[in-house]
Amino acid sequence: MESILIGLLVGSVHSGTPLLYATLSEVISERAGIVNLGLEGVMLMGAAAGFATTALTGNAALGVLAAALAGGLFNLFFGFLVITRRANQLASGLAMMFCGVGLSALLGVSFVGSKINGLDEVRIPLLSDLPFAGPMFFNYDILVYLAGPIAVLVWWVLFSTRWGLSLRTVGENPTAAFAAGKNPYFLQYQALFIAGMLGGIAGAHLSIALAKTWQEWMTAGRGFIAVALVIFSKWHPLWAVFGSLLFGGAIALQLQMQAMGVPISPFLLDMLPYLLSLGVLAVWGGARRFAAPGSLGRVFQGTE
Amino acid sequence: MAEAGKPAGSFSAEGHGWAAGLIRFGGLFGIALAAFALVLLVFGKNPIKAYADIFSNTLGSAYGFSEVLVKMIPLTLAAVAAALPARIWLINVGGEGQFHMGALFAAWGALNFASLPAWLLIPWISFLGFLGGGLWALISGFLRARGWVSETISTLLLNYVAILVLSFFIFGPWKDPESANYPQSAPFADAAILPSFFGTRVHLGLIYALVALVFFHLFISRTRWGLEMRAVGANAEAARRNGIPIGRYIMALMFIGGGLAGLAGMAEVSAIHGQLRPSISPGYGYIGFLISWMAMGNAAGILAAAFLLAIITAGGDILQMTLRIPGSVVNILMAIILFVILARKGGGR
Repeated sequence: MESILIGLLVGSVHSGTPLLYATLSEVISERAGIVNLGLEGVMLMGAAAGFATTALTGNAALGVLAAALAGGLFNLFFGFLVITRRANQLASGLAMMFCGVGLSALLGVSFVGSKINGLDEVRIPLLSDLPFAGPMFFNYDILVYLAGPIAVLVWWVLFSTRWGLSLRTVGENPTAAFAAGKNPYFLQYQALFIAGMLGGIAGAHLSIALAKTWQEWMTAGRGFIAVALVIFSKWHPLWAVFGSLLFGGAIALQLQMQAMGVPISPFLLDMLPYLLSLGVLAVWGGARRFAAPGSLGRVFQGTE
Repeated sequence: MAEAGKPAGSFSAEGHGWAAGLIRFGGLFGIALAAFALVLLVFGKNPIKAYADIFSNTLGSAYGFSEVLVKMIPLTLAAVAAALPARIWLINVGGEGQFHMGALFAAWGALNFASLPAWLLIPWISFLGFLGGGLWALISGFLRARGWVSETISTLLLNYVAILVLSFFIFGPWKDPESANYPQSAPFADAAILPSFFGTRVHLGLIYALVALVFFHLFISRTRWGLEMRAVGANAEAARRNGIPIGRYIMALMFIGGGLAGLAGMAEVSAIHGQLRPSISPGYGYIGFLISWMAMGNAAGILAAAFLLAIITAGGDILQMTLRIPGSVVNILMAIILFVILARKGGGR
């Protein structure tokens, strides 16, 4: 029983990590007023670029770096559409998703079947040998350890720095930000680039640390789950940690039950995270709408 | 999320000359083709060969052309499924899930009422297909009408659930015991197969698609409801004060839209596959949404865009065979076409 519980908790952390990076990515862009439904595509680009780089160089750290860069650049193009060209954010996001699906498939096709060593677990000396607590807390890859601190960092930057304040102002009311001498477009581009890097890392964690093989469309809707998680987290980076663990738990539960041979169809168990997203949104959505940035999804038309 | 952006189906396509529109459309399409060629070049594939293969296997022969028509059937239905709710600025990105639910409901009818004669069974499974897709979309419609969940995100999430539901049945209770290794249902009775025409795979679904398109056009331009929907779309608050029941419109349009996508699923499993299997759709629901977006809610535009994207969809299979690249690579071409439309002036409206 204990080993099952530990397995479940460890699984929640593993599955929750890419969700957390993805959710932080979406929190940043939505705080800047931009809904990014292309997150799924960003993650796929990160997963493919990260895997390809790792397979070619044998260096997983380079893979993560490449994934972050790919995600950031991919999101900059999204920015070109929705910021410079003032295109509809939802349609542009979906187009970016399609693009990510296709590009990552093309990029990954020559790596189908290749195996990589991926990101190794960093065993923290002594602590990782502790009974129970050892495997539970001190035996993960580096991206897992960094996820929490990055969430705190995002929180600090958004809420305690001048730059974060400007960014949130753009998301609430770009005209006011403009009047205060800020350049809303430039801030949104910055936000999207950082968000893209986090989204790329989310994908890389899936392909380099968890799966360690390449598979077409391996994100399987996690980008959309992250969009739901942002609403669940009330656009707050620290709540996102809790939400990601919860949703990671749903994914881990399903894996754990399959491993134990529980006689429930794996397809029914696979539905869990999606249904959980919907249920959470239905309960949350009605009451907590006011937490959303004021100008979310609207196009800043300039002041002329 | 609720107010995010202005979805497809605005009126800006109206009032322009058809010829000018066609030229502009052609120009954008040319840019998209060139950009996709560049992507193929970067990845070391021969774009000229790619386009030549696609052309000769689609428009280059009578059979190829008939296959384009075959692809147009689900695409047109899925496009109307997105375009109808878009009249009141609802974003139905759930065509894919509604398609699978329609296929599932229709398969249930085909497997359990196999003894019925065709003239009864075909209307029955058509009804079931419509019902399946409609009910699936109604979930999102209800959640939206209550103001709980944005239909964009709920339809997207339900797509994944619908595909899992279908997988559950064909890997489990409905699995054909005769086919030991393949997860698929038993073959449908002959009476449950939609008739096809002229010795090609073009089937009765074509009539459904055309009727749906005409119905859509007349509905939005000639009926009181169509007018009221414009009012809802233009200003929901004013419409509410004029006594237009917005919640009911949302649910009705989602139901009918989803039903049409379900009809596409029904037609596809009945006429093309003859049984329920996995991967019955290369993303018809998503492509249908793109078509609806490209056409700006215009019925003739839907037909033209469906034709274009049917060629590209068929092209995916062809590229997979001739260039040995994943079929999903055509997603890039679709995305690029959308990019040029979105990036042109006024793409936000």
